[in-house]
Amino acid sequence: MVGKPLWPGVDPAWSRRVRVPSTAAVDPAGSAHTWHLLDNGPQLAESGIEPAGTLLCVHGNPTWSYLWRTLLGAAGDAVAPWRVVAVDQLDMGFSERTGRFRRLEDRITDLGDLTAELGITGPVVTVGHDWGGVISLGWATRHRAQLAGVVLTNTAVHPAGFGLPAPLKLALHPAVHQWGTTTSAAFLRVTHALAHPPLEKDVKDAFMAPYRHAARRTGVGNFVADIPADESTPSWNTLIEVAEGIRDLDVPALIMWGPKDPVFSDRYLRDLMDRLPQADVHRFEGAGHLLPEDRDIATPLFTWLAAPVVDQASAGERVETRGGRPKAARPARRSVETRPGTFRPMLAELHERRTDNSPAVVDMAPLAAPGAGPRTLTWAELAGQVDLLADGLAGIGVKAGDRINLLVPPGIELTSLIYACLKLGAVIVVADAGLGPAGLSRAIKGAGPQFIVGIERAFVAARLFNWPGQRISVTEMGEAKRKLYGIAHTVPELVEAAAAGSAANRPVVDRSLLGAGAPPSTTDQSAPVVDQASASESAETRVAPPAPDDDAAILFTSGSTGPAKGVVYTHRQLAAMRDTLKDTYGLEAGTSLVAGFAPFALLGPALGATSVTPDMDVTAPKTLTAAALADAAAAVDATAVFASPAALANVLATADGLTDEHRVGLSSVELLLSAGAPIPEPLLAKVQSLVPSATLHTPYGMTEALPVTDISLDGIRAAGTGNGVCVGTPVSGATVAIAAVAPDGSVSDQPTTNPGVTGEILVSAPHVMDRYDRLWVTQRHSASVPGWHRTGDVGHLDAEGRLWVEGRLAHIITTAAGVATPVAAEQAAETHDGVRLAAVVGVGPVGAQVPVAVVETLPPATKPGTAPRALGEQVRAAVARSTGLDLAAVLAVPELPTDIRHNSKIDRARLADWAAKSLAGGRIRKP
Amino acid sequence: MSNNEPVDDRSLLGAGAPPSTTDKNHPVVDPSVVDQASASERVETRVETKTVLVTGASGMLGGAVARLLLEQGHRVRTFQRRPADIGPGAETVLGSLTDPDAVARAVRGVHAVIHLAAKVSFTGEWSEFVATNIDGTRTLLAAAKSAGVRDVVFVSSPSVAHFGEAIAGAGAGTADPERARGNYARSKAAAELLALAEDSPGFRVAAIRPHVVWGPGDTQLVERVVARAQAGRLPLLDNGAALIDTTYVDNAAAAIVRALERMEQAHGQALVVTNGQPRPVGELIAGICDAAGVKAPAWSVPGWLARGAGAAIEGAWTAAGKRGLVKDEPPMTRFLAEQLSTAHWFDQRRTREVLDWTPDVSIEDGLRRLAAHYRRTAS
Repeated sequence: MVGKPLWPGVDPAWSRRVRVPSTAAVDPAGSAHTWHLLDNGPQLAESGIEPAGTLLCVHGNPTWSYLWRTLLGAAGDAVAPWRVVAVDQLDMGFSERTGRFRRLEDRITDLGDLTAELGITGPVVTVGHDWGGVISLGWATRHRAQLAGVVLTNTAVHPAGFGLPAPLKLALHPAVHQWGTTTSAAFLRVTHALAHPPLEKDVKDAFMAPYRHAARRTGVGNFVADIPADESTPSWNTLIEVAEGIRDLDVPALIMWGPKDPVFSDRYLRDLMDRLPQADVHRFEGAGHLLPEDRDIATPLFTWLAAPVVDQASAGERVETRGGRPKAARPARRSVETRPGTFRPMLAELHERRTDNSPAVVDMAPLAAPGAGPRTLTWAELAGQVDLLADGLAGIGVKAGDRINLLVPPGIELTSLIYACLKLGAVIVVADAGLGPAGLSRAIKGAGPQFIVGIERAFVAARLFNWPGQRISVTEMGEAKRKLYGIAHTVPELVEAAAAGSAANRPVVDRSLLGAGAPPSTTDQSAPVVDQASASESAETRVAPPAPDDDAAILFTSGSTGPAKGVVYTHRQLAAMRDTLKDTYGLEAGTSLVAGFAPFALLGPALGATSVTPDMDVTAPKTLTAAALADAAAAVDATAVFASPAALANVLATADGLTDEHRVGLSSVELLLSAGAPIPEPLLAKVQSLVPSATLHTPYGMTEALPVTDISLDGIRAAGTGNGVCVGTPVSGATVAIAAVAPDGSVSDQPTTNPGVTGEILVSAPHVMDRYDRLWVTQRHSASVPGWHRTGDVGHLDAEGRLWVEGRLAHIITTAAGVATPVAAEQAAETHDGVRLAAVVGVGPVGAQVPVAVVETLPPATKPGTAPRALGEQVRAAVARSTGLDLAAVLAVPELPTDIRHNSKIDRARLADWAAKSLAGGRIRKP
Repeated sequence: MSNNEPVDDRSLLGAGAPPSTTDKNHPVVDPSVVDQASASERVETRVETKTVLVTGASGMLGGAVARLLLEQGHRVRTFQRRPADIGPGAETVLGSLTDPDAVARAVRGVHAVIHLAAKVSFTGEWSEFVATNIDGTRTLLAAAKSAGVRDVVFVSSPSVAHFGEAIAGAGAGTADPERARGNYARSKAAAELLALAEDSPGFRVAAIRPHVVWGPGDTQLVERVVARAQAGRLPLLDNGAALIDTTYVDNAAAAIVRALERMEQAHGQALVVTNGQPRPVGELIAGICDAAGVKAPAWSVPGWLARGAGAAIEGAWTAAGKRGLVKDEPPMTRFLAEQLSTAHWFDQRRTREVLDWTPDVSIEDGLRRLAAHYRRTAS
């Protein structure tokens, strides 16, 4: 084809051949081989550009240097340009077919021979994929003087103790191996088919180009045959040398990962993170084995290279190490003032009340004994239970820094487990079933817990989706089921063992179980002062309390804006969340609260507040009835109620079931907190009638910062209507600012508190999360305004300092007349009697979008399409009157897509996409 | 009927011509928002009285342009086959674009030309389009140049850069006679290219592409929609959800006249002009039917079916037309089916910036004016 490059995306100037003398053991002395490379070095030299260093890119099997073309494309444009040398390994790609069986050791030597021949001096960052990852790391361990960093994508350096995955076992089977890898092109085709979305035909052709005939594919077959599956294989020793050798690499590392990889699954990522604890990690949810094809890896890679951490390293200054091991990288941690000296551990209150015999936690429907009526633990009992659980967990090897996934509904068991883990320093992973089975599964695999504690239903899913982690049942379980679900322990067993141990005054738990690898406590000014007087009591003596800045918990975002993201909180940040709630709402010790909203409910024991879990399915807020709420309130003489809007809606719907006694009980509630999503004033007003003495508050926040602002019902009434939803003023300790949005939708990096400026909402507070988990790119973006967390929400401050939320940044509409936000227009549309729910989205290219309303009508539309004319015209007029926006169209759908956790956040991104398609012409499908 | 003559001599604007919008079209310049250079230049163009030739002034849009020029105090000469009722003050040269002598008479002594005359039809032989739209434009440009005309506004169509797929918020795009759909669009594309190729500092040419112009007295869109709806021959395609930009006639006229004033910025360019208010096509059709007091279409056929049927009907109609069996436009053509079933709306930012102009009459106001027009003509 004339005028078309031979391989799409490759500048012919990059392609070069080099004759390289070989020192590989497999070759006779004096051998030399011709390598094919993609190398932008000559091009840079021609332009007189001195590169910052060299990226040495090593492909795996059965790809070739073509895999790295996007890096070459971006390298010259980077702020500090890099030379990119992407090799075709010998017997692979367009490099020479040497006629010899090259093993791992030979290939590492080969790569060194090549860099020596090329005369590459100066800093080198290795980049590896698949088995090329091992080879690149082999080069790295043998060229430490010039090594500036390592980058890995979907690879493994060790079978990680799990054995080879089934697809590779099959590929290695003698009956399959020769045919699958060499005789036929099956292995190539299967690998190419792993891309999401599928590769374009011309790209697939380019990947296939060097392997058209069986004779060209010998290297592909040998590569597979050389996989060091166990000690008996020839390359085992070299593999172990590399796998152990990287443990003391003191350079920055970046791992970019596609989780949908049938071969290199997340377990290999975790193994790599264990060996390279300093690594910055980003998991690209939805991407797979051919990550460089599935996602743009060039942008994050060059952003990472430009980050200070790599610059320092290339200048010869190594990153700070502690205990001889590289410090775990904490990208762009916020520099929030942390009020040194004021840190009070999460367990402090529980600890102080360990002789208190008043109720601490009450379960209206206990997990262990359904239908048996309320169960209560006193503070003393709770403290004892937490100690026993902590001992029991330590006894089975749970140690500080381990991740432990709690798939247990709120109640006494969950509360005890949480505080036991906090005591041990184990990191709790709390993903709720509201994410749906697939979302939950993605979240758990992403967090990669070492342990899962759950109810039976959780293990059904764990088995089905192959979740990682040692399995611990929260309740007793019969042998058959234990076997079926692979249950290693049960919580009752752990408690029993710990109780027996402490009764027999068993010697302290073997320290080795607590892990030599546990990070030593980084005691600082604000480290907690452990009450030495309590040293007599069990676990306290064996486990050093976690440091304030150690990880404490991982929560998950709702997933209404893409896959749920893991959010990491340290002990200091959890404690700050507790203190913010305490100070904002006056939740002093002695308060008693109904815990109908999970995240805050867990803070009861830390606040010193008595908490009661109502009889409801907390994963389905709509199951809270008015009677159940009143019963729970009565059980503890509740002064405060935490609930979600969906739960409150159901409470109102079931208010007929309230007895006079119930109503009297509810009348002593002083505070009602509706958290989770904005709540309309009319609904709140109805709630007020149920709790006449209470002040009603609704906080605004997100998983990353709980809460940010607060407003009372009176405040909502005083604010009236405006552009967006008024969510009040910042909570205790929090500061809010705005980063203005430009007409093209871009966001300023200058925070402002000027009233009336619409932009991204920024928050700074001691209780903002530490970071996103294994999402380096996301984390970097969220912290890109120094000192602030970018919320992704848009809004403005008014003259009274109140925050008005106008929607999500991703949902702004960039019209030719400027940026518009959807919330005010939606509220205007919803003033029409025929509209139950409205979403306003932008259709068209950025900067020239037109607003379109998508509505649920009353009665509901039977099929999606343009709204009935009169309704459409009235909605357009209402929106124009209140916002000045000219709706291009009003579409009606039977049901708007919402996220399942809150059942209230509309999936506007999906709707916008659907609206654009529907209005482009053609058949209209369901959104 | 001779095929090589302009056919857009649509019925004239009736007594219901919209009220003068002169003031609105020429807002007082606020020096605080307009930079000094453009402000002074605007003042200059406002006081300068020109002689302007408007070709195709017997059509709805041409008539509106001519009247607007007169209102602004310019001297106007019109050129078309039959007299155009512009009202007092306009000079008329009758003739065809295919007659070089008539064209030479028309351009004599004018400062500027606004060229609207064209063969507008969904069917017809290619040669007919070539004669009027391509050769006619070439003749006019040559005559204007030799007569010392300074500025030419070539009125074109967004269809010159519409190749059948949906357009959602796109810019003007480059005219392409090879890829444009249908003989009209292809011939206009060729004419626009040759017009813009003539652009130079001494002979400035700008192309303005108003998209789907409608208003009282419109025979192209409004009356066809109304007639077909009345006859129950107007289906919606794919429920009529495709988003379409249109231009109320007064806005189109104002933009064209404005282009003459902003020649310094506009010359050499092609600018799409619309109301900047895309609407689902079904909603527009219903609005027009309402204004005319006829029942809006309530039935829908799939777009793919209409496109296929349209192509068949178009072929048959052209063949029948050759034998003198039909004189009307066919009920459906592939081009029309595409127009009615795929989105085509445009990014107006560049147009508005270059022309320093925004439309005055909203779609809703336009429909009200259309309804008033029908009420008057009915009574």
